[in-house]
Amino acid sequence: MSAAESLFDKLWNSHLVQAQSESTPAIIYIDLHLVHEVTSPQGFDLLREKGIGVRRPERTLATLDHSTPTLPPDANGKRPYYTEQAHRQVQTLRDNCKEYGIELHDWDSPYRGIVHVMGPEMGATQPGMTIVCGDSHTSTHGAFGALAFGIGTTEVGHVLAKQCLLQSKPKSMRINVNGRLPENVTAKDLALNIIRYLGMNGGTGFVIEYAGEAVRSLDMEGRMTLCNLTIEAGARAGMIAPDETTINYLRGRPKAPQGEDFEQAASCWLQLASDEGAVFDNEMTLEASIMRPSITYGTDPGMSLDIGEPVPRAVSKSHEKALQYMGFQGGQQMNERNVDVVFIGSCTNGRLSDLRAAANVLSGRRVAEHVRMLVVPGSESVRRQAESEGLHEIFSTAGAEWRLPGCSMCLAMNGDLVAAGETAVSTSNRNFEGRQGSGSRTLLASPETAAASAVMGRVAGVADLQSLENS
Amino acid sequence: MQAITKLTGPILVLEQENIDTDQIIPARFLTATDFDGIGDHLFADWRLDANGEPKPGHVLNEPRARRSPILVGGHNFGCGSSREHAPHALLGFGFRVVISSQIADIFRNNSQNVGLLPVVLEADQHAALMQMDGEEITVDLEQCNVVVKTADGVEHCWPFSIDPFARHCLMRGLDRFEFLNRAEDAIVAFEENR
Repeated sequence: MSAAESLFDKLWNSHLVQAQSESTPAIIYIDLHLVHEVTSPQGFDLLREKGIGVRRPERTLATLDHSTPTLPPDANGKRPYYTEQAHRQVQTLRDNCKEYGIELHDWDSPYRGIVHVMGPEMGATQPGMTIVCGDSHTSTHGAFGALAFGIGTTEVGHVLAKQCLLQSKPKSMRINVNGRLPENVTAKDLALNIIRYLGMNGGTGFVIEYAGEAVRSLDMEGRMTLCNLTIEAGARAGMIAPDETTINYLRGRPKAPQGEDFEQAASCWLQLASDEGAVFDNEMTLEASIMRPSITYGTDPGMSLDIGEPVPRAVSKSHEKALQYMGFQGGQQMNERNVDVVFIGSCTNGRLSDLRAAANVLSGRRVAEHVRMLVVPGSESVRRQAESEGLHEIFSTAGAEWRLPGCSMCLAMNGDLVAAGETAVSTSNRNFEGRQGSGSRTLLASPETAAASAVMGRVAGVADLQSLENS
Repeated sequence: MQAITKLTGPILVLEQENIDTDQIIPARFLTATDFDGIGDHLFADWRLDANGEPKPGHVLNEPRARRSPILVGGHNFGCGSSREHAPHALLGFGFRVVISSQIADIFRNNSQNVGLLPVVLEADQHAALMQMDGEEITVDLEQCNVVVKTADGVEHCWPFSIDPFARHCLMRGLDRFEFLNRAEDAIVAFEENR
């Protein structure tokens, strides 16, 4: 019998085109290459420079998401691009996809969306695959038991040209989360707790497999949120073994196998789980029941606390700089902080269950007068479903803006900005200095917490909102 | 890609830990379809005011900044997004080498792909280097070491390790694509055997 293998080992080994040697990296085959407008143009230039085509256009899937406006077109059909350059970048992807025969989900597609929302929704993301994209949150797709990670533009060119990537094998880590998350504690809170524990660089050099009852209990959207945030602990890929939850999610999706082929594929997918006795370079166990709704207070995603805890006192120069930037004092209560902007969306928390959770909090309530709230669905599919459930009306009635799908205020390159000095409670993934606009201050939290903060007009959890209303 | 074997020059120290790629090159500069001129936007939010004018007093605005080929940053340099614009911006500004005590995975890969040498030193050596802003040091990729002469005249030689293939390519200015291209038979065989 061969040695026990982890999920990661199985995926790595089954995609080896050429093994690693002492002096050369491995060559691994890529099953699915996701492409968007921002990190691909110079990759396509490599093809032109070398005079070659896209090796496997059928394994390449493109969308428009990062620099696209979330406001509708004007009466003449003109879209309000933030800059002419952003518009040109979108046109460049359109031209490249046409020239090289790549499926692009443009404005007219019923599937267009944030690349990490669209891929899974279409069933393009499948267990056992290797998936790359010029975007660090490609780790999202690991939720399906795929090996998925972000790459740079040079590598985008490599994959377009050869459908392969040069890679040295990363180390492996397994994080077991035992027990059940308490009610009101979401996948986002779980992820923030894990990053707080590991630190924003604790996963550097590793691929992380998430396991344990709390992980297994998450639905696919929750699993995607968890895997999405893996890069925020420094690990390029996070993954979860496929199970019935995975299979039930994928069944019937347009790009998944259909009929008998699907059932056959599903039985293979269930074999991918780490073998008993599989060895990891690092393994740890966390307890879910002690986790609480969390929010970040600093300028990296590892700087978070349970809602209700005071901001910690600075322990280093960098820590002090972060507090200064955020305008917090050590020992201060977070709930004293006024909120100017609330953003619900992104590849982290822009899926239907996220919008439902936010709408559930907002239903029958109003966004505080001084708060500007944006709700941006992760894809056209999410938008359609949300509208069919009337969620958009709940948001509008509460005083929030209902926008068109895209990355929007998560990285604020499309003009959806948080102004300098303003505080945003955001369901996105990064609270770096200026991430949501120069001088913006970001507090990362779950959709529930973001919605509760919108209503209260200051940092608040759902429990704070409820206890205030019941008092 | 310019080859890099041995480089001597003054270092520029940025003390901050966890310098992420959003600081190195903010997202609003990512809409171009090439990397030309991107070095002008390096650390834009740290270095430039709202009108794009240099903020007086910032170390990156001192005349020596553009003449320092070696950037020393705090622990966990280059974390965050996968934007290759980050190493391109550093190169465009004039840096050839980035030294830290930890460098994020994607940034390190991207740097090696575009000809920026990422060097990871032991924590105590890195800490010592952080106190030597403006001093001249030598980074030798052939020998895989960093040579520093301290104020008291003592010469230190600190070894670093780097992926051998990355070293090979950086020292010769080789495009890694050619290695991939030469594996065509193996790729065809893999595709046929699936």
